[in-house]
Amino acid sequence: MITADISQSDNVVPLDKAMAPKRTRLQEFWFLFRRNKLAILGMIIFFFFFFIALIGLLLTAGRHPVFDPALIRLQEKLRPPLAEPNLETLLPDEVPAFGVYLFGTDDLGRDVFARMLQGAWVSLTVGFVAVGISVLLGIFMGGIAGYYGQHQVRLDHILAIGLVFLGAAFLAMDNILFGFMFLFLGVCCALYCLSRRKTSVRRAPFNREHLLGTNVFSIDTLIMRIVDIMLCFPSFFLILTVVALLPASIYNIMIVIGLTSWMGTTRFVRAEFLSLREQDFVMAVRALGVGNFRIIFRHMMPNAIGPVLVSATIGIATAILTEAGLSFLGFGVPPPHATWGNILSDGKNFIFDAPWLTFIPGVAILIVVLSFNLFGEGLRDVLNPKLRERS
Amino acid sequence: MLSFFGRSIVQKIVTLFFVSIISFLIIHLAPGEPSQIDPLNPKFTFEMVERFRKEFHLDKPLHIQYLYFYRDLFTGKTVSWKDNQSVVQKIWDRFLNSLPLFIVGTILTWTISFPIGIRSAIFRGRFFDRSATFFSYLLISIPGFFFAYILIIFVVTRFHVPVIGMETFGLGDTSMLNVIMDRIWHLFLPSVLGATGGIAVLSRYVRSQMLEVEGQDYVRTAKAKGLPSEQVHYKHALRNALLPFVTMFGLILPGLIGGSVIIESIFSWPGMGRMAYEAILARDYPVILTVNFVSAVLVLAGTFISDLLYLLVDPRIRL
Repeated sequence: MITADISQSDNVVPLDKAMAPKRTRLQEFWFLFRRNKLAILGMIIFFFFFFIALIGLLLTAGRHPVFDPALIRLQEKLRPPLAEPNLETLLPDEVPAFGVYLFGTDDLGRDVFARMLQGAWVSLTVGFVAVGISVLLGIFMGGIAGYYGQHQVRLDHILAIGLVFLGAAFLAMDNILFGFMFLFLGVCCALYCLSRRKTSVRRAPFNREHLLGTNVFSIDTLIMRIVDIMLCFPSFFLILTVVALLPASIYNIMIVIGLTSWMGTTRFVRAEFLSLREQDFVMAVRALGVGNFRIIFRHMMPNAIGPVLVSATIGIATAILTEAGLSFLGFGVPPPHATWGNILSDGKNFIFDAPWLTFIPGVAILIVVLSFNLFGEGLRDVLNPKLRERS
Repeated sequence: MLSFFGRSIVQKIVTLFFVSIISFLIIHLAPGEPSQIDPLNPKFTFEMVERFRKEFHLDKPLHIQYLYFYRDLFTGKTVSWKDNQSVVQKIWDRFLNSLPLFIVGTILTWTISFPIGIRSAIFRGRFFDRSATFFSYLLISIPGFFFAYILIIFVVTRFHVPVIGMETFGLGDTSMLNVIMDRIWHLFLPSVLGATGGIAVLSRYVRSQMLEVEGQDYVRTAKAKGLPSEQVHYKHALRNALLPFVTMFGLILPGLIGGSVIIESIFSWPGMGRMAYEAILARDYPVILTVNFVSAVLVLAGTFISDLLYLLVDPRIRL
């Protein structure tokens, strides 16, 4: 018995020693990430900012918030940070929480601390929603271009889409008769395309059907040309134009920033998918008869998500900066709502008398954007196997 | 080779066509009209608004307006709706104002970021590298307008020089030296601000390119041969690391027209960016569309030039 035990353990121990220490993906990630001090700092501030923004939303919302960002006290305007309120001139309701103006007051006597808290939530949502839109769109377009890229767009597809668009255009110009006619034709054409998808076109003798089935370009070409077209627009100028022409609202800003920044993600995802789909594990999964949908989302996406995460983190930083820039120019979130950009923009008129109105929001934006950038770069170093080996 | 250029040019023209359509649609489908820009002004009677609409073809359907606009653009007859001046002339004037900013900013960017990037690649992980990394992140992250105000406060209180605008108003007939110094001071801050982001990004890029090359076998061979380290770094490594940057000369072309809306409005610099901003405020569609079109042309020309430079510089690429 004893000898058997020893021989068994003898068998097991060398095997264990020969293998690399077992670590899950997350442990591996943390092990590598821990070495980058700046990235750790960035991550801490990243989560702290989340916390502040949530707390800020809770404390400044509602009818009687703890910190009222909209309460105007004209007799208390432009008080410096940490100033005590003048209790004789204030109603009991108007006294700030903790009995002190933590960040001072602005030119209307509003509590800057309360406004900064409210603005944190705006910056956070603008960053996340805008980047969410751009990442979803980018993954969708990049995934199609990378996975279904070789499929061809045929002449009848273009015809169908063209007819539908023509119909929509006529409808938009109040020409109902032509509009519905073209829409109907377009839908018929689309149904026709779908019905003949299965039949092979190459073998058919030359006839009208053959002409309609001509391959024009591949889906990959189509999507990459769309990306090229989008890249031709100067992005800040385009955002500015659209935001200025549309009615001022925070949602418009998020959507516009999202719709003008998906091109990078598309390129990453496409490149990753192109290389992944040739690899053996995808071939194996396909041989097992797994559906396209599952291959894309369960097997390929986790391998392609690294660069997307990195660009998303840095994209949030860029979106926050863009929103601040728009607010600064006066096209940001409409006035009753405070954002860091418009606090700074209002404060710039008092830059010599009340420098805290410029410096507090400015430094806050700087710290948050810096932490996002550092965190993103840390992620990039960890997720990039090439850099990992070298260091 | 010729077929490559032919295809590329055709492709770019098609892209430009779609860009023109999309920018036209974005502008014209947005709610509101330029004729409603000032609805409360009592001078604008209904008849007058109708006359303006007729004058600028705003009463025609969209595709006719599109044709009218681009016909005018290509014959150079587009006029601004705001002041009836020729748009091409307007853009050219503003372009000449933006040009010094662009040139000084570009020179600053390229001359500062290369030494920093190369040095931090050579001394990788040392104090210089780490502080350069941190400062470049700082410069990327700082909002341009906030940095502008810090610099303005610093320069104005320290050196007592005027910085807003292109030149001091009413300088009169002082000596030539004074005038030149005045222009340089006015030029200094906006171009430094325009260059900061570029310096930060480009120096990081130079660093990563240098690191990539320094890891190559031929650099190790050069070191093993016992070559002095200057020769290894600057002759063997740097020359190969420079390759991607040659092509970036093409990609800075769009910066010519984009300018910086924010910096130009802070410094009241009458450049392209500020003109575009004013045009957006006034809903001056011809100016907005022309700026957009020209910048799209510049982007496409830039990519074309960078492809061309790559062919010239890198002997490994053959078509």
